[in-house]
Amino acid sequence: MLSKREKDLIKEIWERLTPVAAEIGADALLRMFASYPGTKTYFSHLDISPNSSHLLAHGKKIVLAIAEGAQDISQLTVTLAPLQTLHAYQLRIDPRNFKLLSHSMLVSLACYLGDEFTPVAHAAMDKYLSAFAAVLAEKYR
Amino acid sequence: MVKWTELERSTVKAIWEKVDIDEIGPQIWARVLIVYPWTERYFGSFGDLFTITAILKNDKVAAHGKVVLKALDKAVNNMDNMKRTYADLSQLHFQKLEVDPDSFRLLADCITITIACKLKSALSPQSQAIWQKFLYAVVDAMSSQYR
Repeated sequence: MLSKREKDLIKEIWERLTPVAAEIGADALLRMFASYPGTKTYFSHLDISPNSSHLLAHGKKIVLAIAEGAQDISQLTVTLAPLQTLHAYQLRIDPRNFKLLSHSMLVSLACYLGDEFTPVAHAAMDKYLSAFAAVLAEKYR
Repeated sequence: MVKWTELERSTVKAIWEKVDIDEIGPQIWARVLIVYPWTERYFGSFGDLFTITAILKNDKVAAHGKVVLKALDKAVNNMDNMKRTYADLSQLHFQKLEVDPDSFRLLADCITITIACKLKSALSPQSQAIWQKFLYAVVDAMSSQYR
């Protein structure tokens, strides 16, 4: 469960990261591809080399979606409805991969924020990303 | 047995050289207890772990963090022999301490993230992947006596 303090902290962090969404998103994707090469199988239609425009654009899309969800976490099911449909019926990414991206995103946040990514921020963010992933997978079956 | 390239060996050592056990050990252990509070079940004798502040100030938590990193140092220096290096510790954690081996993976992820906070962009995606390969080999070695 996310406390009010945690929700505020999560919202504040993602608001700060919105201007560098492309950079953070691309970094998280690169980390995921390096650590979990199986995830690359979903991206054969894109150029996922470092600094490619595809990678930056896709990274930005992902971070902005996460940031939008953070604006009102209690409304995640409503906010994510279109993305739920996309992932379940079109993309059909195995939801186990959401955990891999979440972990990669946490490392990106740690690298970007340094000591500001305190254990409290880490715990809140891990909980939020888990909730985000769970909602995203709701229409799969 | 896990195979290591020269690049992987040098990357693991280069990252480890930047880790000050006395500084990072306590941070890692506090992070595990705060991010995954159910791991507190193994630390009934550590005293006050009821609040974040208590965990961050707890001397036993800090000491234990250093103990664990000193054990990790053994893995860095025995990358070709991890199962043998950790056989006794694995046995201890299974039979006596009764620790769920999933906890080792949680600890591994906290180690990576704590190091990422310290090294920041110096921990490249490729270095992270190599470091994680190393940590997951340690996790496997620590789980090897569970049967």
